Formats: sequence, structure tokens, C-alpha cells
Amino acid sequence: MSERLMSEHSLLEITGLRVGFDTEEGRVQAVRDVSLRLERGEILALCGESGCGKSVTAMSIPRLLPPETTRLSGSIRLDGRELTDLPESALRAIRGKDVSMVFQEPMTSLNPSFTVGFQIAEVLRRHEGMSRTAARSRAVELLELVGIPAPARRVREYPHQLSGGMRQRVMIAIAVACSPRVLIADEPTTALDVTIQAGVLDVFRDLRDRLGTAIILITHDLGVVADVADRAVVMYAGRAVEEASVTELYARPRHPYTAGLMRALPSAAVTGEDGRRRLTEIPGLVPPPFEDPDECAFHPRCPRAREDCTATRPALEAFGTGHRAACFHPLSTAAGGDA
Amino acid sequence: MALFILRRLGAAVIVLFLGSVLVFLGVRALPGDPARVLAGQEASPEAIAAIRHDYGLDRPLPVQYAQWVGKALTGDFGRSTQDRLPVAHILTQRLPVTIELSVLAMIVAIGIGVTAGVVAATRRGRFADHVATGFGLVGLSVPHFWLGILGILLFSVRLHWLPASGYVPFTGDPGGNLERMLLPALVLGTGFAAVLMRQTRSAMLESLSADYVRTARAKGLPERSVVGVHALRNSLTTVVTVLGLQLGALISGAVVTEQIFVIPGFGKLTVDAVVTRNYPVIQAVVLVTVAGYIAVNLLVDLAYGVLNPRVRLTGVADG
Repeated sequence: MSERLMSEHSLLEITGLRVGFDTEEGRVQAVRDVSLRLERGEILALCGESGCGKSVTAMSIPRLLPPETTRLSGSIRLDGRELTDLPESALRAIRGKDVSMVFQEPMTSLNPSFTVGFQIAEVLRRHEGMSRTAARSRAVELLELVGIPAPARRVREYPHQLSGGMRQRVMIAIAVACSPRVLIADEPTTALDVTIQAGVLDVFRDLRDRLGTAIILITHDLGVVADVADRAVVMYAGRAVEEASVTELYARPRHPYTAGLMRALPSAAVTGEDGRRRLTEIPGLVPPPFEDPDECAFHPRCPRAREDCTATRPALEAFGTGHRAACFHPLSTAAGGDA
Repeated sequence: MALFILRRLGAAVIVLFLGSVLVFLGVRALPGDPARVLAGQEASPEAIAAIRHDYGLDRPLPVQYAQWVGKALTGDFGRSTQDRLPVAHILTQRLPVTIELSVLAMIVAIGIGVTAGVVAATRRGRFADHVATGFGLVGLSVPHFWLGILGILLFSVRLHWLPASGYVPFTGDPGGNLERMLLPALVLGTGFAAVLMRQTRSAMLESLSADYVRTARAKGLPERSVVGVHALRNSLTTVVTVLGLQLGALISGAVVTEQIFVIPGFGKLTVDAVVTRNYPVIQAVVLVTVAGYIAVNLLVDLAYGVLNPRVRLTGVADG
């Protein structure tokens, strides 16, 4: 209660989030007890391998998961307002207005049968009550905002007439049309050419600077994290294992998993005996999502694992301001230390 | 786009020519001689020969064909061998009746079929889906004539809600016309509704799982826009394709339905003409049917362009 009385709550606060899916093989627990905060105007990266629960965590915020099979518990507060117990109709008023999304696949995320102008105007008419013509002229402005040349012409075009990068910019235009408080971008650059990626990331940074939009950037690419994010949460097997500002995380990763991810970056490639530079991979596989023993989920792949890692699960512990990691044997030196 | 239509019209001319040859030869391959049918059982060979000469049936086939096509191009399909009325005149009387029946049946089919398909897809695996799928299976299996007879027994004989048969022109008595056309249209439309339902359901299931539907939900759109605008629009191509493909079945269904309900349309005209070996009428009926089929398929292709912007642009790029 005292927390709620404080006027300075974060823009978005997720506490003890658990998300599971009922499947024919049983319950798949995609997110197991995740807590995180997003501040106003912040770009927060959620990173980890495929299946670590980063996308499901993000999709839980506007609850865009199949309602029949999803089992969700915990708390998600947007500006102090609890979202998890809101009815579908109230959530629809929030989606696209307060919380909007950009998806990974720009090729299939836009409807092929409607012009991009229609698809941008639609969200403006829905949430801002704009007339058709007002929404249409706003759509042109939005296309200009996300850096699409000749927006007055592009607004009448269909998605297949645009390149992948252009389409992703259109998706971003739709997402920011109603000046959302939280923009969730799920691997927004993964499907794009490397040369296009930087331009799209610039759009995000620009939107944050100009509109103050807080952004959750989901990515497995630590290069992208370093490029645009302020803070990062590293997830593994449905849990947050490390959390820090990006500069701190790159300078002093504490969790062996984070350190392993960084060694897998092309910029961290080491020169082998044959003189060729190679990436260091993390051996082993992500544990199956059906079981959840009381131990560190990363220990089978961890070079620093000892006996106590299987005795109980490590909790997140503070390592200086805003830096937390869940590890019994954290790294103490810079990246690539004595692992 | 203009070139696309022009090319399709060129193809239509070829198809019409081949169709005319086929029907001309086909009719003459039928056993039975129209002159003998006309002259009656007891007629003398001279009388029959006179009739044959009268209708030009004694001339070589290529000559007969050339004369028929030449006149047909000017809108003259000859005279009926039964009542000596101009075939063109008969067609203008019968064609609107069948077109009305087909259009009404289409409306029934689209109304029931597309609605049921959308409902079944959005409630996949639930009660409404099972009801719609079951209805679809029954609708596909039941023949028109049986459904027609059953409909007459229930709505006309037992309940006295609708007239059992007969026809009044729409222009004379619109209410009475629709009252008499309702049951035939329902009977003819049910089978197509079933086909449409199944195709719409599967197309909608595919659309509903598409990424752009997730985008539509992420925009906060109400479910009726997500389903009715974003998903349905991308399923309509399938609906139009099925409608085009089913046109042949619709025509043959109309023939049967018109027989049951004694509706003086194209179907009944065709059956009567075949029974009496009425060459000019059969030829004209088949030719007009072929032309109608081509026209509807052209409309279907044009509809693709309207429904799918990618087709539209390819068409422009082509021509």
C-alpha cells in the first residue's frame, strides 16, 4: 500500500508474472515469476534465446495471447492501474492506444488487402474518434515521422508495393499513431537486412527522443541492445537472470549466461589456433518448459556450475545500483573473465 | 486491365465458336428426327420430306451450320419447330425467369453459406461449428429434387404457407412472384450454401490465424472488425472462386428445380426442347448458356482484381 501512495511508481510494473499454456502434452510454463519495471521514456531490452519467455512476457501486457489456453497470474500495472483483471473490452481500449506493438514479420503483419493509409487511419478512427479524412491526413504525417519518403503517395499503396524495411516503418507508424505510453517491439529488426536494421532502430530512438515513448525492445541480438537500449533484462528459461543498465551490463556482466551471450557476438570472436576468428557458443540446450526443478536452470550449460547450483534456485541479488543477477557464482571481472 | 479484358473476350469468341459446333453436331447426333416428331406417326414420306425441306434439314450439315450461325449473329435463332414462334422471342421470355431464380438462389447461398462459414470458423470446435458443419454435410448430400418435393409437402401441402408451384411475372405481381420463387430459391440455394459454408470456413480459419489478424487485435479493434473486415476480406477470393466454379452446377440445378416447381424458365425450356427434338431451341439455349458461363467467369476474374490488389497490379503490368 505504501508503494501505491508514493507518486513515483514506474510507468509499467510487472510483478511475479507467470504465464503457462495448456497443450495436449500438458502445461507449458513459458514465463515463471518475472518482475520488471519500465520507466517513462526508457528503452528497455528484453533479451535471451528463443523460448526464454521474452515474447510471452511482452504479449502478456496487452494480453494478446489465446485466452482459451493461456494461464496467467501475477500483476501488471500500467501507471498504477492493474491490467490483469481487466475485461476484454477495457483491454481493447488500451491496445493500440496506451500499449501498442510492432511485430517481427513486417511481410505478413500488414493486411495485404488494404492500403497502408487505411491501416494507419483505422487505429486513429478507433481510438481518437477521427473522421476518415482527418485520419487520412494524419496517416501521411505519421509516415513522414517514421521516415518514409513521398508519404502522400505511399499512403495510397498496398503493403506488397513496399519493401520489408518500409513495411516495418508502417507498422511503427500504426503503433505510434495514438502516442502510446508503452511501445512493445518484438524482434522488430530480425527479419530485415542488416543495412535496413540500423535505419529502423534509429526510428525507435528518434520516437523516444521526440515523443518520450517508453519502449520494450525484445531481441536475441545483443548488438541491437547495445545500439539503442538504456537498460536490459536477460531472460533464461522463463526467468530474469540478470538486469542492469546497458553500459553496466556490457562492462561487468555477472551471470555466466549473459557473459556467454556476449562471447557469442561477432565483435567478441576469438582467434583460434588455425588463425581463423570464431564465435564462442554456449554448449547444450535450453531445458524443456514442462519441468521446473528447484535449481539453477542454467547449471547444465554453465562453466561455473558447482554442487550448490542444483541444491536450490538462486534469487536475483543486487550487485551495485540497478544491477541484479541470479547466480551463486557470479563473474567478478569484466566480460570474458575467468569463465 | 483493358488488354486483359480484351484478351479474355477474344478467348470467349473461340469458346463460343467451339461450343456452337459442339451443340450443332450434338443435337444432330441425338436419335430421333424432328420432322418425324412434327409430322406425327401416320405421316407420309412426302409430308416428312416437305417438312425437312421447310426447316432446311435436307441440306448438307456445313451449309446448315453456316446458315444457323450467320443468322444467330444477327440475333435470329430461327423458329421453334413446335409452335413456330421465333426462338429469340422465347428466350427473352424464359431467360429472365431463370436469371431471377439463379440470383435469388445465389443470395440464399451467400447469405446462409458465408454467414455460417464465418460463424463456424470463429467458434471452431464449439457447438455452433458442429451445427454448421453438420448442416453443410446434409446440404451437400441431399439432391435438389428430393429437397424440393419435401419442401412442397411441408410448406405447401401441410402448412399452406407457400404455393406449391406456378409462376407469375415479377413486373405484374412482385409479391406473388417472390412468394412463388421463395421455395425454389431456397431449394436451389441450399446445396450451394453448403459448399460455400465449407469453403468460407476453411478460408476464414486460415485468415484468422494470419499475422495481420494479430495486428488488428493489437490495434484494439473490436472483434467484429477483426473478423468482418480484416479476416473476411482476405477470404472473399475463395468465396468468389467457389461461386464461379459452381455456376455449372447452378444451371443444372435450375433445370431440375424448374421442373419440380413448374417454373417456365430456361431449364424447363431445355428439357421440353430435348424431348421434342426442337433443334433451333436446343441450340440457342446451349449457346446462350455457354455465353452466360463465360460472362460470369469473366466477372469472377474481374472480381479477383477488386478483391486482391496484387492481382490488379499484375494485370496492369501484363498489359
